[in-house]
Amino acid sequence: MGELHIQPKDIVVPGQILATGMDYLPTYDTFRDGDHIIAARVGLVNVDGRLIKLIPLNGRYFPKQGDQVIGRVVDMNFSNWYVDINFANDAVLSSRDTAEFIDRGADLSKIFCHGDYIVAEIAKVTRGTVELNMRGPGFRKLGPGKIIKVNSTKVPRIIGKQGSMITLIKEKTGCKITVGQNGLVWVSGEPAAEIKAIHAINLIEQKAHLEGLTDEVTKFLGAPA
Amino acid sequence: MIKRESGRKVDELRPIEAKTGVIPRADGSAMFKIGNTTAYAAVYGPRELHPKFLQNPETGILRCSYNMIAFSGSGERVRPGGNRRSKEISLVTEKALLPVLDLSQYPNAVIDVFIELIETDAGTRCAGICAAALALADAGIPMKDLPAAISVGIIEDQIIVDIDANEDCDIGAVDVPVCVLPRTGEITLLQMDGITTLDLLKKVIDKAIVATKEVNKIQQEALKKRYQA
Repeated sequence: MGELHIQPKDIVVPGQILATGMDYLPTYDTFRDGDHIIAARVGLVNVDGRLIKLIPLNGRYFPKQGDQVIGRVVDMNFSNWYVDINFANDAVLSSRDTAEFIDRGADLSKIFCHGDYIVAEIAKVTRGTVELNMRGPGFRKLGPGKIIKVNSTKVPRIIGKQGSMITLIKEKTGCKITVGQNGLVWVSGEPAAEIKAIHAINLIEQKAHLEGLTDEVTKFLGAPA
Repeated sequence: MIKRESGRKVDELRPIEAKTGVIPRADGSAMFKIGNTTAYAAVYGPRELHPKFLQNPETGILRCSYNMIAFSGSGERVRPGGNRRSKEISLVTEKALLPVLDLSQYPNAVIDVFIELIETDAGTRCAGICAAALALADAGIPMKDLPAAISVGIIEDQIIVDIDANEDCDIGAVDVPVCVLPRTGEITLLQMDGITTLDLLKKVIDKAIVATKEVNKIQQEALKKRYQA
């Protein structure tokens, strides 16, 4: 019979033994060594049936297929853009994967130029190479506004359950906000409201691992701006 | 039985302090202080590796840099810039840390580890490795274990744990820095300065494995402390 060495919601560190025996199965950021299941990162553990799940508390963004990300166009050639998505390697966006049809030999810089921020989806990840796709609702070039960087492990907390947290900030400040899974957040609105929204997001980032966050954010934002 | 000038028992460590997240601009960072030796480590990456000819399309690489700051010693000013010693320690640090990392997910990328010693009182490479291990964990890089290191010495055939600079200067003193992966007991760093017998060296390694368990506990606490309310 398997044995658990942790309580749910415990903070674990690399090398810590989480469970013993074959009754439990390792998932992301945990691994099996002989009889034991061991944590590979700093995070919170949860036990879901037989699965040992680890929610990381720190670290850089690692692209996953289907993620919506915000990136900056850093380079281009005849048929591709290269986009910095806060990962070790730049992502590739082919001119065939944009929403509108682009003629062969068209000047790609007329569509997205160096320094432009875009919202796109991760289409494919094959080891180091990341491919993007912009066909679908919400994928676009970002207009005027502010871009802030947060830790990508805190993004689920910023969005909240079914987008509850981000909706709260949008309603209270009247800003338009887009959150990329890679930790880039675009905020656009009245200058004072923009700053308030950014402060709220920073607050969430700092206290992401604590409970009762919605109440705290509501208190911070106060009456609608 | 020899008496230690510091009043410590033969297997007693100096007081240890550890903290993570000390450098906000870095992806991960840590401070590790053991007695009067203080190491700061900063981790950047995984990020693109330049110059490009160093890139490995099969796996990411680890690049360590060990540096003693000019004012870190107790006597003369340490001449700034690299030297033969710092180059060697950078290399052994890299080799001590690499077995716990799996960088195959990050082809063509590099993880940079910068270790700065701001105060030195022997055992610097061990303090550096301990700090670097914490900084790597703080940077969220998947690790198989949390390496812990300690230097164990021999003076007049007596094994003493966590040798300090004063003891290291004794005539005939042997200094053995050891890095251990605490969970499995694997050794990733073993150097020796001085002359001794094989029997004694084996005992030294056993003592080091016991001592690193204690170091590991403090490292684990340091990582957890940052997220506890």
